[in-house]
Amino acid sequence: MSDAMQSVNKDEPKAKENIFKRIFTAIGHFFVMFGKGFVNFFVNLFHRVVDFFVEFFRRFVDGSIGTKLSHFIFGAGSFYHKQYIKGALFLLLQVAIILFMVLCPEVNSTPYGYKALANLVLHGNPTMVFDPATLKTIPADDSKLFLLFGLVTIIVIILYILIWLLNIKSSYKADQDLKAGRKPTTFKQDWNTLLDSKFHIMMLTPTCIAALVFTVIPTIFMICIAFTTYNTVDMNAASTAYEKNLFHWNGFNNFVDIFQGNTSLGKEIGARFLPVLGWTAIWAVFATFTCYFGGILLAILINKKGIKFKKVFRVIFILTIAIPQFISLLAMRNILNGEGPINQILKNLGWITNSIGFLGNNAVGDDPTLAKVMVIVINMWLGVPYTMLMTSGILMNIPSDLYEAARVDGASKTKMLFKITFPYIIFVTTPYLISSFVGNINSFNTIFLLTGGGPAVTGGTYVAGETDLLVTWLYKLTINNGEFNTGAIIGILTFAITATITLISYRRSKAYKEEDTFQ
Amino acid sequence: MKNSTLSGKKGFHFSQRTNEVISRTLSYLGLIILALIWIVPILWIVLSALRTETNPDGSIIGIVTSNYFPNQMGGQNFVDLFNGTFYGVKHAFIRWMINTLIIAVIDCIISTFLILSVAYCMSKLRFKMRKPFMNITMILGLFPGFMSMIAIYYLLKSIGLAGNTAESAYLNIIGLILAYSAGAGMGFQVAKGFFDVIPSSLVESAKLDGCSNFKIFLKIILPLSKPIIIYTALMSFTAPWMDFIFAKVIIGEGAPECWTVSVGLYSLMFGAQSNANYFTQFAAGCVCVGIPIVALFMFLQKYYVEGVTAGAVKG
Repeated sequence: MSDAMQSVNKDEPKAKENIFKRIFTAIGHFFVMFGKGFVNFFVNLFHRVVDFFVEFFRRFVDGSIGTKLSHFIFGAGSFYHKQYIKGALFLLLQVAIILFMVLCPEVNSTPYGYKALANLVLHGNPTMVFDPATLKTIPADDSKLFLLFGLVTIIVIILYILIWLLNIKSSYKADQDLKAGRKPTTFKQDWNTLLDSKFHIMMLTPTCIAALVFTVIPTIFMICIAFTTYNTVDMNAASTAYEKNLFHWNGFNNFVDIFQGNTSLGKEIGARFLPVLGWTAIWAVFATFTCYFGGILLAILINKKGIKFKKVFRVIFILTIAIPQFISLLAMRNILNGEGPINQILKNLGWITNSIGFLGNNAVGDDPTLAKVMVIVINMWLGVPYTMLMTSGILMNIPSDLYEAARVDGASKTKMLFKITFPYIIFVTTPYLISSFVGNINSFNTIFLLTGGGPAVTGGTYVAGETDLLVTWLYKLTINNGEFNTGAIIGILTFAITATITLISYRRSKAYKEEDTFQ
Repeated sequence: MKNSTLSGKKGFHFSQRTNEVISRTLSYLGLIILALIWIVPILWIVLSALRTETNPDGSIIGIVTSNYFPNQMGGQNFVDLFNGTFYGVKHAFIRWMINTLIIAVIDCIISTFLILSVAYCMSKLRFKMRKPFMNITMILGLFPGFMSMIAIYYLLKSIGLAGNTAESAYLNIIGLILAYSAGAGMGFQVAKGFFDVIPSSLVESAKLDGCSNFKIFLKIILPLSKPIIIYTALMSFTAPWMDFIFAKVIIGEGAPECWTVSVGLYSLMFGAQSNANYFTQFAAGCVCVGIPIVALFMFLQKYYVEGVTAGAVKG
């Protein structure tokens, strides 16, 4: 830990340089690195692909008859080497996937398999069809399911290729073992390898599958949606009731519309985009830094020498962490409501006659600045205790000889606070600061439950309220307006912003560069 | 003597003792004021839950009141809440509580397992896909959760685990559990930060003794990780009680008997059949949810703080 402190001291003269210069250098550095990384990536990729094919053909030529057969029938090599369980598993997977692709199992009358791939062009059948042969009606198609099932099928094909390669590799390894005079591994040996040197495969498989299904596919799905005509307003205006479930590919038209404002939707979104982005940035900066420094100050106050009842105070502040956010936020919203106790008390005192719309969710004409300030203040109420807890632990870890030395040099308490305590805590918690900044850009609960985006802005159906962040706007556009494609665009733009911030700051943070130093 | 050198620089100075007394008093004053600010809204919810008086015009007191402290207190709101029929569901609140409890317990078990296994791999094992895996999880984590939420809804719906009503509505609960726990493994950073601090020499020496990685995880790492196991379990257990929007979308408006408690309470105040007069019952519900969770936090405070501190350093 004292190493860390020394490097902070080393960095100090740097900190006195012009901050803007540093930021510009950082951004410039980022783009240079980005360019280099980009080129390197493709050069590496090319080499890897060449290596892969060389290796692939070598295996085919060098391999035993079993390995050669494995290229066509999964597990053939394993059977050849008398690894029956493994071979059966490979074969089973191959048969299952091929059946899946050929038989096209249907869910909600939408097929998987090769038909799902064909359906990816999104040319759905808009009407119900009565099939006289089976006396059943086939319901109209649903483009959402077309897209979703198509993606799932693509993932299944990728899995098929991976299993194929794995099966060849396994057979080739058994060939090599035989050549070297060893016996091919038994199933029990393979199992033990999975528990030891390949333990990570065992441990990561459940997470990978879960993440594939519940994170990767949904994310790709929503990115695709941004390039379609999926919005329920247009679809509901379609000529027949059954066309409501159909949308089509739309290329980059949605993006063009937002930037050029060709339709009223594009105009409204385009006009509000920069203000919302600006407020999201202001919110993220204030929400992060007020909570951060507020928490550090509170921790210093509580941990001050000679303060009694430390535990009691701590428990009081922890209450806001422990109470579910939707409760404390709704409580705050009700307290500050037009008819809530604070307005009533102010009225009874005779200070005001009309209710103040603190959170801008009462009537049109509430002060947006007041609502914004209130949101940030209430967020402090929620967030400060968290940083307090976090920094309390770190405060106790600051080596006391640092303070001793400073005291001998005659430094004042304020000076010690700014020269030792703050730099130390900031150094240690930089990763947290970055992730909490990104978290605040995507902070949905606070805004949605407190203001719901209000005060409302006049000028159309799709405009965001004064306190709407990009995420709450995304929510409104999709859930309330049914503008799924526009919502997806907002989501992609949000991702682009957070990704840039994270990449720039993580690459420069010491915790990323020196990941292994503490081990 | 330090004092004399310091005060020598400026003319007038309090003695060190007076200085300390003043600063301590100010600190106490500040802390007490802050503590009051922190307690007032919470206490207001508790007091509203116990409020039984009626307005002067005889109507039920909802949110409209100027008294911070109620004139009459009692448990009537709790009785009404537990017996109440909301959204056509008898004893709705009790059902919501039970739903949430079931979801929380199962989610807690699955999530804790996933998080710990991923964190161990990332911290103590070295393999080719390690860095790419970490970068991919970081990038995926940057997409706003809502973008995928809608797709998850359709995905679950297509396999019959979301959007059901009436008899098969309980299937939505299974869908919600899947949705909660599936993404858990990607939140491994805090636990990884904790495992990083466990000396690698322990692992190395166990390897020399012929322990497999599985045994090292089971016999060495896990017994040393009680704090982080409890922290992870606490976090994943409380998540379903705190989450609101995911539960609302996945379970849907059509199945009020399967709502979690947060969706139910929100709907009491702001939903389709909401009523401002329900406010005191809403507050009673908040107290019912809040007390067990707060008790859990207080009881496990030590571990929580440890987890938070580990998370601070590793983000």
